[in-house]
Amino acid sequence: MIATLAFYAFAAVLVGSAVMVVSSRNPVHSVLFLILAFFNAAALMLIAGAEFLAMILVIVYVGAVAVLFLFVVMMLDIDFVRLRQGFQRYAPVGGAVGAVLFVELIFVLGAWRFASDAADLRINPTPGGSVSNTAAIGRILYTDYLLLFQLSGLVLLVAMMGAIVLTHRTRPGTRRQNVDAQVSRTGSVGLVHVPQGAGLREMGILRPPELDAPKPIATPADHGGHH
Amino acid sequence: MSIGLGHYLTVGAILFVLGVFGIFLNRKNVIVILMSVELILLSVNINLVGFSAALGDLTGQIFAMFILTVAAAEAAIGLAIVVIYFRNKGSIEVDDISTLRG
Repeated sequence: MIATLAFYAFAAVLVGSAVMVVSSRNPVHSVLFLILAFFNAAALMLIAGAEFLAMILVIVYVGAVAVLFLFVVMMLDIDFVRLRQGFQRYAPVGGAVGAVLFVELIFVLGAWRFASDAADLRINPTPGGSVSNTAAIGRILYTDYLLLFQLSGLVLLVAMMGAIVLTHRTRPGTRRQNVDAQVSRTGSVGLVHVPQGAGLREMGILRPPELDAPKPIATPADHGGHH
Repeated sequence: MSIGLGHYLTVGAILFVLGVFGIFLNRKNVIVILMSVELILLSVNINLVGFSAALGDLTGQIFAMFILTVAAAEAAIGLAIVVIYFRNKGSIEVDDISTLRG
């Protein structure tokens, strides 16, 4: 009974926040409602008994993907009002397509049932007893699905490299320390043997004469590298 | 009345339809379109978990995890593309993104 009530509550909040995601006026609010939707979906998965997946959903979606969305939305200086144009124009078309799709899905839901031997066709039956959900998933993920697991790691690696390559830019005009040029510099610096106890005047090293002209005032464009 | 597979499938169907509706509604804002795609993938995950729980088969949860991976990669690449597009054009309107049409 408690689980039923909890399911309805979480499902209602999930659907409501999903509505707010697609219809919110400010994309920042959309991202925040997306986070709420992910939390409630994780709660639904908890009710279904998929504890590991629920926690992964919270960590990956809320902790990484939604925060990434939040960063991008806040970083880009977007004129949101212009992006809202055509909102009413597209709403009837979207509503019609959505209604047709929903009715079709409900039809599928009403006319569909399990095969009579569905229980025999299970590939990885959920182990009973004291085996937790995480341990059961680990047992088959690292054995039967090992190659797929590594392939998903490869997908993430390629995505990471792609994101870096896409967003990395070399800005011309920025000053940067060139260690190679500094180390390989020859000729302009020499070691001189100086007698001990001799002053600068005896050695013939004189200060450059004071110039009467004032030093040029550094313009703000000169000190690059601070920006 | 206990929670069965039908409840999960209904929630998944509603989420899926809302995601498709969001793509139609926010035709200009790429970021909200990406969020709608995330909602659609989330509804698929809910369906898989519902089936997994109803059948007592863990394979659904494994594949939900793979979908999660692909969704994360897709979000990263999509947002990177949005960032460089905004850097070049100063706008993220989908209507402007037609330079590849030839």
